[in-house]
Amino acid sequence: MKSAAFEYARASSLDEVCDWLRKDGDDAKLIAGGQSLVPMMAMRLTRPARLININEIDALKFITVEKDHARTGACTRQCVIARDGALANAVPLLKQALEWVGHVQTRNRGTVGGSLVHADPAAEMPLVAQILGAQMVLRSHTGTRTVAAAEFFEGPLTTATRADECLEEIRWPRWSEKRMGSAFTEISRRHGDFALVAAAAQIAVDENGSCTRVNFGLAGGGYIPMAFPKLAARLVGSKLEDDIVESVVNDAATEFDPGGDLHASPDYRRQLAAVLTTRMLRAAYENASNCK
Amino acid sequence: MEKLYPVAIEVNGKPRSAQVPARLSLVDFLREELRLTGTHVGCEHGICGACSVMLDGDPVRSCLMFAVQADGHRITTVEGLTPADGTLSVLQDSFCEAHGLQCGYCTPGMLIASQALLNATPNPSEEQIRDAIGGNLCRCTGYRQIVDAVKLAAGRLAEQK
Amino acid sequence: MADAKSPYGFRYIGAKRRTKEDPRFVTGRGRFVADIALPGMKHVAIVASPHASARIVSIDSKAALAAPGVHYVLTGEEFCRETDSLAIGVDTPKVTRYALAKDVARYAGEWVVAVVADTRALAEDAAELIEVEYETLPHVVDPEIAVNADSHQVHPAHGSNVLFHRRFVWGAVDEAFDKAPNKVKLRVRWGRSSTVPIETFGVAAQWDAGREILDVWASIQMPKFPDQLARALRLPGNAVRVHYDVDVGGSYGVKRGIKHTVLVSYLARKLGMPVRFLEDRLENMRGGDMHGPDRLFDMQAAFDNDGSIRALKIRALDDVGAYAGRSPLQLGKPVSAICGPYRIKAVEYEPTSVMTNKTPQEAVRGFGQAPTNFAIERTIDHIARHLGMDRIELRKKNLLKKEEFPYLIPSGSTYDSGDYHTVLDKAMKAIDYPALVAQRDAARKTGKLAGIGISTCLEPSGGNSAFEPLFNPKNDTTTWMDSCLVRVDLSGSITGIMGTSSSGQGHETLVSTVIGEVLERDPASIRVVRADSLNALPSNSPVGSRMAIMLGGAAAGAARKIKETLIEIAAHNLDCTMETIEYKDGNVTVRGHPDKKMSWDELVAIAHRKYHLMPQGLEPGLQAKFVWEVPTGGVLPTPDGVAQIYPCYSFETHIVYTEIDPATAKPELKRYVCGHDCGVMINPDIVHGMTYGGIAHGIGAALYEKFSYSEDGQLESGTFMDYLLPSALEIPSVDIVDHCTPSPLTTFGQKGSGEAGYLGAPAAIANAINDALAPLNASIETLPMSQDVLWRVISAASAAGTGSR
Repeated sequence: MKSAAFEYARASSLDEVCDWLRKDGDDAKLIAGGQSLVPMMAMRLTRPARLININEIDALKFITVEKDHARTGACTRQCVIARDGALANAVPLLKQALEWVGHVQTRNRGTVGGSLVHADPAAEMPLVAQILGAQMVLRSHTGTRTVAAAEFFEGPLTTATRADECLEEIRWPRWSEKRMGSAFTEISRRHGDFALVAAAAQIAVDENGSCTRVNFGLAGGGYIPMAFPKLAARLVGSKLEDDIVESVVNDAATEFDPGGDLHASPDYRRQLAAVLTTRMLRAAYENASNCK
Repeated sequence: MEKLYPVAIEVNGKPRSAQVPARLSLVDFLREELRLTGTHVGCEHGICGACSVMLDGDPVRSCLMFAVQADGHRITTVEGLTPADGTLSVLQDSFCEAHGLQCGYCTPGMLIASQALLNATPNPSEEQIRDAIGGNLCRCTGYRQIVDAVKLAAGRLAEQK
Repeated sequence: MADAKSPYGFRYIGAKRRTKEDPRFVTGRGRFVADIALPGMKHVAIVASPHASARIVSIDSKAALAAPGVHYVLTGEEFCRETDSLAIGVDTPKVTRYALAKDVARYAGEWVVAVVADTRALAEDAAELIEVEYETLPHVVDPEIAVNADSHQVHPAHGSNVLFHRRFVWGAVDEAFDKAPNKVKLRVRWGRSSTVPIETFGVAAQWDAGREILDVWASIQMPKFPDQLARALRLPGNAVRVHYDVDVGGSYGVKRGIKHTVLVSYLARKLGMPVRFLEDRLENMRGGDMHGPDRLFDMQAAFDNDGSIRALKIRALDDVGAYAGRSPLQLGKPVSAICGPYRIKAVEYEPTSVMTNKTPQEAVRGFGQAPTNFAIERTIDHIARHLGMDRIELRKKNLLKKEEFPYLIPSGSTYDSGDYHTVLDKAMKAIDYPALVAQRDAARKTGKLAGIGISTCLEPSGGNSAFEPLFNPKNDTTTWMDSCLVRVDLSGSITGIMGTSSSGQGHETLVSTVIGEVLERDPASIRVVRADSLNALPSNSPVGSRMAIMLGGAAAGAARKIKETLIEIAAHNLDCTMETIEYKDGNVTVRGHPDKKMSWDELVAIAHRKYHLMPQGLEPGLQAKFVWEVPTGGVLPTPDGVAQIYPCYSFETHIVYTEIDPATAKPELKRYVCGHDCGVMINPDIVHGMTYGGIAHGIGAALYEKFSYSEDGQLESGTFMDYLLPSALEIPSVDIVDHCTPSPLTTFGQKGSGEAGYLGAPAAIANAINDALAPLNASIETLPMSQDVLWRVISAASAAGTGSR
């Protein structure tokens, strides 16, 4: 299980990356942590002619928490993000989700940006991006553009990133509400495996315990990780009464329409989608209600 | 002829350099080029953890890296856990005392994972130990004596302080 | 650290002692096959069949041969012409088997072409350039279809897919079924899984043309390996030298890469270059020929109203994949414990071994016993449910009592010893069984599915493989020996020499402990080495939980001879009879004359250097060999199928508590206690370790692991992403409760333990899951009980509203 031969270059700046991508973007592949890419290369499921290592570009490794959003560099490692207290306060869902991503060793090497660009339908980070409406800043030799998560994920292992573009940073919107909570869970066969189904929710409540803002989403067995903002909007104003939750969750599970594989049938996944979404809505609601 | 690329890595405190094909994995580089055969190959697709090494102090899977990516970095392998005087480290000795291994194949990865845990968390709970070795598969032990060994090591290290 | 004392009154046996092997592994100084670098070594990559069944029309190697670094491309045509078929366990001479397919490929992943190149990467590059034209053929993946006469035949020359079928009847089975007031019948299925060691199989070989010797280093655990290798290569046995001083990275039965080794050896000899092949994980899972039993059981039991079980009928259909090997014999070992630990006097057993277009089966921990134990234990729980009887009471009623041993079972084996009731009681006490029942009932009240599973199972041990002649009348083997050579050198140091490799069982610790015990010398000072196959005394290798018994017995026998020699030398020089010599710590005195003494060093010096002080006729030097035939060996089965098989029977009981979230179908093992009696434990840490590991492996087989096949015969779980070995986060913290009923047949009372845990864990977990499902009136009889399967059963039962909840 050895990769096919390829040419290699280590980039020292984003300009250098953009320049190389301009020249041979179609044949080149960017590598950051490589935790998803390298096994695919080892199995020769993918064989880039040229590998560009962007993982040594310091400018791509940062965490900043700003008023409206938090910003993370594309090559910030998952373990660094999971350990950052300020980020956890600003965007708690990120840390909650990262606990489900792989294992210690893969989080030490893997980057959040890599996970987003790889866009595995069962991966956790794309789900978080969808629920929060993260903005992906893509850079090419012609400049930068920002793509919202809803437009970024186009299909399994497919994103809106063009062959001449490199993900530069991710902007994670902050919710300004005082009483805000989030929750993330998943069911897999073993801990650390890709989720059969992952579910997450983020909710803000007012002093009376009524939801003022809700979003939630699902990943696993689907085409792409999905958020359900329209369904979530139906919960605004509610206190997550059983009947409305049931109705929203069932609609979500139907819309999610998961596929089947060796480990879970579509029916089982649909059931998990409904159960886990209910649980995450309730957990997020409780977290929000517990905010002082 | 396949193009070769220079790599210079500090391995177990010693500078090592070579010219290697870009596709050479870090674990193959360590084993075949440097003859540091303590690090093992189990699955080559990032699941079993037998190839765990520390990269700049953090445990990573060396089958999920190309050697060229490690250029300029610091690697610690199981050979580097052994004190210079040839004795066993506290963790290694604890694995012997608790018999936290059988065939020895996953052991270097287990040691790297648990040493990294103890470096960061001197007094880990059983849950933290299991989480730290959760990405390392062992087929011999059922993990029980490995967990015991890490607990034993943590206690001994605390006594030394 | 001071050694804890032996609970058995021995000096070293049974005491807490560190193993001899661990230090080299914790420092990264093991010597595994992948660590062996031969100068100028070349590497192999494989082209495998993508089809479950196909005719090989043509192979074009031109581009591959022109690729950089390539030395050779070998096809089945040449290989099958120049080597002989691998050995077959049963009498099916037309089911030939070679490392490379010729004309027809019979499973997806079967090796078709081997490429030799300077590096593995270059060999893989070249392998991609080989063009094989296939014409697909019909295939069969369902064993129940494959047994039919009109099925596609995997080996048409054999005339059928059935490799072995026989109906054994031991005792008055029909009469018992006629008379018994109660009967149950059920079908259970053991899924295709395996031991899947973290090290794949690897081999390096080198032909020494000057000496005409083939040197082989391999991660091997296999009886008669050098002999089979020599035969397949058409070489005399003494032209093959297998080096056993290779650490094997786990095996538990499957490391039998005979096809790999014949292939690599042929290439090394043909090319005059050292050649190495290390399976990568994909090759290992698909084409490594190491899948385990894949077995369907139809079980029937006849029993009285009080729960006394009168008779069993067991039909077992085992899907061994596309080739035979030893796999059909995995239906044979269970004959040695066909009634489990129970007093069942009549048993009918009808095993059928059938071929399909799947990866072949290899020996897996327990050699077919774990699936059989699972089937028997499910039957016991069904009987309890039928009678409305407590499962523990039912077991206690039927378990053999301590005073009934030795106990002859209907199929011909004699159980040596046991105290099953005490072990069960100890385990129940350790888990606080009444509190556990309360915990389960409380969990059920909160809406959870909660269940307790119990199994009481046997581990036949000692490796008397009399199922070989039982399943193949042309094989009249009755010898399953093991051996040890003990040397005391001129410096007085002791070396034990064994003739096989190990894969984590701690044989160096075993041999040194036993020799130390007999000679009263510190085991830490005793070295244990492994002779190569041309230097080694005969060994049947570590299979069938036999080494504590057989290698331990051989080492003790050889050490006793050394002791005898020392005493003889002492008596001669101290001018007394041997009977009056008192031996302590290797030094001697004459009884009643403490001043008349000789030291170890003096005795050793006489043996090595002072022939003038040696008793007449005594061989100089100080070495002794002991070759030991397995206790109860040496007897052929009777024509009507009665055979004394394994000598020793270890007992284990598992009590496990599970909770299943009914909404997600995710099971969690919350408590786990195993009561275990394998007689005297030579090193308790090693025994416990293997038992913990066996339980974890059993949890894998019960809940996670499966080589799953699509209808078109493709392996769907060929990576570690889909074949799910449980991690430390899936395996609960298990507690083991020891008990010791010594075996009367072995040197120190030891029994086997290499398969411990695995033989009872799947049965107990299956029983726990089914106890959890009982309030829904649902059950699952198929392993592994994956979440998807559990969910289907739970949701169907909930929809039907059949439950009592």
